Amino acid sequence: MRHVLSVLVENEPGVLSRVVGLFSGRGFNIESLNVGPTLDPAVSHMTICTSGDQQIIEQITKQLLKLVTVIKVVDLTEEQAVEREMVLMKVGAEDSKRAEVLRVADIFRCKVVDVSPDDLMLEITGDYNKIRAVVALLQRFGVKEFVRTGTVAMRRSMQLGER
Amino acid sequence: MLTGAQILMECLKKEGVDLIFGFPGGAVIDIYDELPKHPIRHILVRHEQAAIHAADGYARASGKVGVCLVTSGPGATNTVTGIATAYMDSIPLVIFTGQVPTHLIGNDAFQEADIVGITRPCTKHNYLVKNVADLAETIKQAFYIARTGRPGPVLIDLPKDVVNATTEFSYPESISIRSYNPNYSPNRKQLRKAAELLAQSSRPVIYAGGGVVSSNSAQELTSLAEQCSLPVTTTLMGLGAFPGDHSLWLGMLGMHGTYTANMAVNNCDLLLSIGARFDDRVTGRISSFASGAKIIHIDIDPTSISKNVVVDVPIVADCKLALVGLLEELGKVSDVDWATRFAPWNESLVEMRSTYPLTYAKEGEWIKPQSVVEKVFALSDGQAIVSTEVGQNQMWAAQFFTYRHPRTLLTSGGLGTMGYGFPAAIGAQLAFPDKLVVDIAGDGSIQMNIQELATAVSYQIPVKIIILNNGFLGMVRQWQELFYKKNYCATCLHTNPDFVALAKAYGAEGFLIEKHEDLEPTLRAAFAHPGPVIVDVRVEPEENVAPMVPAGAALSEMLLV
Repeated sequence: MRHVLSVLVENEPGVLSRVVGLFSGRGFNIESLNVGPTLDPAVSHMTICTSGDQQIIEQITKQLLKLVTVIKVVDLTEEQAVEREMVLMKVGAEDSKRAEVLRVADIFRCKVVDVSPDDLMLEITGDYNKIRAVVALLQRFGVKEFVRTGTVAMRRSMQLGER
Repeated sequence: MLTGAQILMECLKKEGVDLIFGFPGGAVIDIYDELPKHPIRHILVRHEQAAIHAADGYARASGKVGVCLVTSGPGATNTVTGIATAYMDSIPLVIFTGQVPTHLIGNDAFQEADIVGITRPCTKHNYLVKNVADLAETIKQAFYIARTGRPGPVLIDLPKDVVNATTEFSYPESISIRSYNPNYSPNRKQLRKAAELLAQSSRPVIYAGGGVVSSNSAQELTSLAEQCSLPVTTTLMGLGAFPGDHSLWLGMLGMHGTYTANMAVNNCDLLLSIGARFDDRVTGRISSFASGAKIIHIDIDPTSISKNVVVDVPIVADCKLALVGLLEELGKVSDVDWATRFAPWNESLVEMRSTYPLTYAKEGEWIKPQSVVEKVFALSDGQAIVSTEVGQNQMWAAQFFTYRHPRTLLTSGGLGTMGYGFPAAIGAQLAFPDKLVVDIAGDGSIQMNIQELATAVSYQIPVKIIILNNGFLGMVRQWQELFYKKNYCATCLHTNPDFVALAKAYGAEGFLIEKHEDLEPTLRAAFAHPGPVIVDVRVEPEENVAPMVPAGAALSEMLLV
């Protein structure tokens, strides 16, 4: 199962390599990894998407915490959280296809950020499933370039119980 | 104002370090320039790998942090095997490596290696010090991290310009690292659950490991076993944590453990694991390991728990505190008469132990390697500190020497490093100058660090190397015999040196034993010799270590061979 881990680390040289080395050395998966500064310049935030059964995720969490430079690990899959990823995508949009591409883009609230005679560059933001859906729909028009940021996520303040 | 080199010396003194192992070079020459001015003894080895194994042996025998100092590049990379050895066995070490000046880092400078990058996966933590102002704090952190929690090696890389730069020196009194807070105290609820499970069980076994040794809780382990009549087995790393002559002792478990220990674990209904990590050499096929048992697991390292087997009662804690707490909780469920309750189980194990003892065919023309180990035990009155190399020598040293005290067996359990035993013996001997320190070696392993004879001779470190010389890389040969149709590829050592002459060439003493009747008198002479000694014992070439659980088999499928 896919898990999104939110990890706070000391912002110092080599910390990314420690985390990534842990995953490769122990044979864990990284589906996506996003790193950035926090408001405290001494601390960085990582969002790691990984997959595995409960025992593997527990090992990953514990192994991460064992690294001396890791401050905190939260498995956001266990909680209610908002998850977002941004994609930039250059889609073939010659005259004959342009209207249809724009229609799909509109439905998914994509932004057109660059235009050329033959293609459109779209900016798409959403959670894992939305990105999957847009990509699946736009692929038939011909995707010329494709980059994505990797998932970032944040825990919701109100953790509402199920009805 | 002090230089980086002076700060290093002051920090070592603050940490109580009076002995370091090392080898100089261009990047650390300034540290070596400072060293003689301080009351810190330096042991010059002949290869950096030996420096770290010696520091490791010193740490295992004494319980203190072992320290070594090497130069950049090859000096640093030569320590990697030793660092990995210490990491796998959770041995506290601090390793100082020289580094090229900061402005040259990344330039492929002479004797440059990214040792922080190289050792990241085999150290508990490591540092590159870029500013002399950070040096004292870094060293304080390194010693703290090395010896607390689950101990391990910590490396500090020191660029040459940082060593020469100056700053005000102040050593931090206390330390707090927000991202490193090992938990020592056990959870009371879990302890109560463990006590209740013990009270309900009828076939319990204690399975103890190196954690009992490193947390100095052998006494508490014995109290628990005696108070509740619990039979005890240990891992290789745990030998000595429980008296090997105790009536509740089952012997070591695992691939070359005793039949009784393996069957006890196989048949138990409650497994109490203390400071052990369910290593594959212990468990055999994991799905069959103690499959009918509830498992209680005490370990300081949360990642060790439920890594290989799912446990019923996890207790993340220092073994000593957990054992003390467990004894208290057991007192509260004390209407159980433990001795009576477990009598049938213990009696069946005693019977099994007498039916299937560790044994070997004693007759024959050749000296048996097992008899050499037994003789070392007898002649040392069991008081020796034993180090081993890796392979058959290691297993025979584990099986046929009775360990009664913790920290008396020094062996590379996790990584299985050939060449470990001799330098480790040097380290242990320096920690205990008056004790008999014996390296049980093989003719293959001893050649991996034999150059340290020069170190032993130059400081007159009187370690006794007993080579169980069978002319083979014996353990691999044994596997080839049993599982590879006797295809003895690359395991015959037909061109071994004359070890006696070699010892003498280095200025040590050498003895050769070929006949049964020479074994005892020659070993006596070797032990009585005041300096370092090699004893070359020619033993049965194709003797096997028995019994054996083939790799990947269940403990119940043990071959008695």
